[in-house]
Amino acid sequence: MKTVYKKPECIGNKKPNSYCPGCMHSIVVRLVAEVLEELNVVNSSVMFAGVGCDGNGAFGYLDIDTVISPHGRALAVASAYKRCNPENVVFTYQGDGDLIAIGCAETMHAANRGENVTVIFVNNAQYGMTGGQMAPTTLAGMKTTTTPYGRDPKADGAPMHVCEILDTLDNPTFLARGTCTDPKNIIQTKKYIKQAFQNQLEGKGFSLGEIVSACPSNWGLSPLKSIDFINEKMLPEYPLGIVRDR
Amino acid sequence: MGKVVITADMCKSCRYCLTACKKDVIALASKSNRFGYKPVEVVNPDACIGCGMCAIMCPEAAIEVYKD
Ligand SMILES: Cc1ncc(C[n+]2csc(CCOP(=O)(O)OP(=O)(O)O)c2C)c(N)n1
Ligand code: SF4
Ligand code: SF4
Ligand code: SF4
Ligand SMILES: [Mg+2]
Repeated sequence: MKTVYKKPECIGNKKPNSYCPGCMHSIVVRLVAEVLEELNVVNSSVMFAGVGCDGNGAFGYLDIDTVISPHGRALAVASAYKRCNPENVVFTYQGDGDLIAIGCAETMHAANRGENVTVIFVNNAQYGMTGGQMAPTTLAGMKTTTTPYGRDPKADGAPMHVCEILDTLDNPTFLARGTCTDPKNIIQTKKYIKQAFQNQLEGKGFSLGEIVSACPSNWGLSPLKSIDFINEKMLPEYPLGIVRDR
Repeated sequence: MGKVVITADMCKSCRYCLTACKKDVIALASKSNRFGYKPVEVVNPDACIGCGMCAIMCPEAAIEVYKD
């Protein structure tokens, strides 16, 4: 019989998957592993993992060289590493708190410099690892531990759209947003991730794939209800598709 | 004709695969795996068309799919 799907060889060898049931980080890490294997760059890749469930779960589960820098600094460290080691494939794996809250400056300037790195950005609308605090991406009205009455855009700011904000800069090459709510969207998201890596191999510069993702544990929803929440609430705020492709 | 192989101890019972399978090949088992999750098992093997959609949805990469 011909193989239709088999677990990528570069995940789950040293450490089991420690994400919660239905956490979409697990799907995104799996897609990254599939893409690295398809591009035959597993051994030449280095992951710069963010601080949060993003890096905590990916570190060791994705069985490749990994660097964890202080919270939010992944793109600064990855920029330096890539400039010193251009032969390596360099990517960051960051959450919304890491990438656009504490790491906002690093993200803006790495994108503005057009660093030739790949960014995998998991937007789950809050800080997952620390128990569900508001992030810049939290939806208006969404309850979190730090917005117990719901996020008030007047007082707390409105949701920040990373792809659209970076689209105001000259140098980024590729900005796209996917999700993992059904097989069709997962296949599309994998294409975005693959293109973000291919661009780096072709020396094209800063490429970011944003993935609108579920955090069932802090959302207080079952995995299936989390998919409904993404479809009904997240996607109207964060529309899917390519924002820039140069 | 397709064939799915599920590693029960890798399953966390999220049910994502169940939403992807349009052929009712798989269902939640009644007995827990060794981590306390009720894993998905194959209940209707002959209906499987080997489309792979269940595996594409699985966060745990717990499903292997083969096809003739
Ligand atoms: C300098 C510093 N400040 C705060 C923290 C606490 N902290 C750890 S993870 C995290 C937020 C992570 O959120 P996000 O990046 O969205 O990742 P997620 O867990 O949602 O995947 C925070 C605030 C820290 N580790 N270091
Ligand atoms: S807390 Fe949320 S983001 Fe963290 S592993 Fe659990 S579901 Fe995933
Ligand atoms: S391969 Fe297709 S038909 Fe077979 S169990 Fe998976 S989703 Fe169902
Ligand atoms: S998608 Fe994977 S982890 Fe979730 S219920 Fe199905 S087999 Fe189990
Ligand atoms: Mg987050």
